[in-house]
Amino acid sequence: MSTIILLLITGLGLGALYFLVASGLSLIYGLMGVLNFAHGSFLTLGAFAGWELARRMGGESWGTLIASLLLGMVVGAVVAAATEFLLIRRLYNRHIEQVLVTVGLALATVALFEGIWGTDAIYVTAPPWLSETTEIFGALVPNDRFLLIGAAVLVLLGIVAFLRYTRFGLVIRAGVENRSMVTALGIDVRKAFTVVFAIGGAAAGLGGVLASHYFGYVSPQLGGSLLIFAFIVTVIGGLGSLAGAAIASVVVAILQQFANYYLGGTGDLMVVLLLAVVLLVRPTGILGKKA
Amino acid sequence: MKSLTNLSQRTWWIVGGAFVVLAALLPVLNISIPGVLPGATYTPGTLQLLALALLFASLALSYHLLFGTAGMLSFGHALYFALGAYGLGIVLQQTELTLIPALGLTLAIVIAAAYLLGSLSLRVTGISFAMVTLAFAQAGNVLVRRNPSITGGEEGLRLDTEHIPEFFIGVLNTRNLYWLALALLVVVFIIVAWFENSRAGHAVTATRENELRVRVLGLRPFGVKLMAFVIASVLASLVGMVHLLLQSGTTPRATSADFTLTILVIVVLGGVGSRWGAIVGGIVYTLLDQRLTALAGSEAIADLPAVLRIPLSEPLFILGTLFILVVLFLPGGIAGATRRLGTGTRATPVARKRLEEAE
Repeated sequence: MSTIILLLITGLGLGALYFLVASGLSLIYGLMGVLNFAHGSFLTLGAFAGWELARRMGGESWGTLIASLLLGMVVGAVVAAATEFLLIRRLYNRHIEQVLVTVGLALATVALFEGIWGTDAIYVTAPPWLSETTEIFGALVPNDRFLLIGAAVLVLLGIVAFLRYTRFGLVIRAGVENRSMVTALGIDVRKAFTVVFAIGGAAAGLGGVLASHYFGYVSPQLGGSLLIFAFIVTVIGGLGSLAGAAIASVVVAILQQFANYYLGGTGDLMVVLLLAVVLLVRPTGILGKKA
Repeated sequence: MKSLTNLSQRTWWIVGGAFVVLAALLPVLNISIPGVLPGATYTPGTLQLLALALLFASLALSYHLLFGTAGMLSFGHALYFALGAYGLGIVLQQTELTLIPALGLTLAIVIAAAYLLGSLSLRVTGISFAMVTLAFAQAGNVLVRRNPSITGGEEGLRLDTEHIPEFFIGVLNTRNLYWLALALLVVVFIIVAWFENSRAGHAVTATRENELRVRVLGLRPFGVKLMAFVIASVLASLVGMVHLLLQSGTTPRATSADFTLTILVIVVLGGVGSRWGAIVGGIVYTLLDQRLTALAGSEAIADLPAVLRIPLSEPLFILGTLFILVVLFLPGGIAGATRRLGTGTRATPVARKRLEEAE
């Protein structure tokens, strides 16, 4: 019983990470039809920024952790907005070329990170509480899982509130539904694009710092490996659907944890199998629109 | 106008034939191109590099069939390359089969896998298709890394030379492998050209341009798309098999997402929708990659300040940046740029259209 609870909560924590990456992907795809391959790089850069800060401030205190989380968000947001502004926007309405540009950016930035920080994993330090455990129904759950789940829930609520109650949110929601109509009404959707990229980048940057604490290290490949699961999550959840991404993140991560524990470390393969089953049964994903 | 295009097409076949003859003669000639090739063309090191360039050209051609012709943006094409390389390597190691039967067995496995995964992935289109193919390719990566007893894990798989003909083994026989790579390129080119001009090829092109219209005409796009997918996969696996022979082994890098994206980069660099663009892209990319790696280790770079040294010593950074610039400013790639120089017309709209149809 305690094993099941541990697996469930760890799965929720991992799912939270997937969601932090997938939410940005899903928003950007939903509004602009761009699959952002460089999203993993935003995450990696956020993680490195958080680590550099922690290294200078001494990583053991809570203040450092919060500061590094914030810095990760800001770095992710700034880099993402700059990417949209400098690269994506030039290729207005050319979706395949927009995707290709992000592919090039992903390749180039990972190589650059390897040049700057080396290819080896760098271990991170955190407040001691994070590496301790809390007992829940007999299961000893590492505390960092709670941090992850809390952050993901906050991000989910924040994005939903932003989309529902702000003017930008209104434009974005309308733009997802029918972009040409919004443009015809004389509203500048492009500004909304930049904002969406910044939000996605912030979520990814936050995810990066959290991922470095979850896995215990930072490496140039960190973002890429999470990105592939985030892709799977967005396909299973339904492209462009935030709620679908949230549900699929949890399902995928929990399945992965259980398969890793009970089926001899086959978690990654099980996730791909799940993807295949979803494609067979419901190609549009759980909450995807009918094509 | 029609006769003009016919003429230019015939000219291209003649130029292509001359290229093949020249390429076939390289191992017996003594040509040095300092800065591009590491040595004279008859030396094994140079032949190894040139063979690699030809293999990448073939691989790019097989991807051209998928992306340029059929408009399927796959991010998992490296999976079939890896399936060929690892498949043949494992069959040779685990069974007593000689090269040709082992090749046949591997091909049968590749066809089955491509048919199964292709029919699954083709249930979605556009961006979802790209993501799904990437996920399947990633599963291949996991399988290779998790089963070191069969695949050699991170170390890679060494070629078991016991059942391989003598003339493909050893440094001195590099020229035979070079000719094999050249022959493969010719075969792949003929198959791709033949498919593009066949009825199925026309149907696939029509589907790329307007799937709905093809459906209205009473054709089923799924079948021809799957056919193109399987043919492209089989060709990629053949490249993987020759690559295994050339490099005397294979590494997990062949299954990585990076490698998968590299194939896409090559095709876009060469020019989407152009057969010879894919070939030129493959050759240019391989030579550039090799030169940049040499540059990264050179003293001129080591003395630079960190701001310049770090980016310049990462070949993938330079190639990635180059790729971005090509997509932004030269959507026709090398092929489009040459065409523009040659005819004075802008090839960009054509290439742009081809890219957008891929959705």
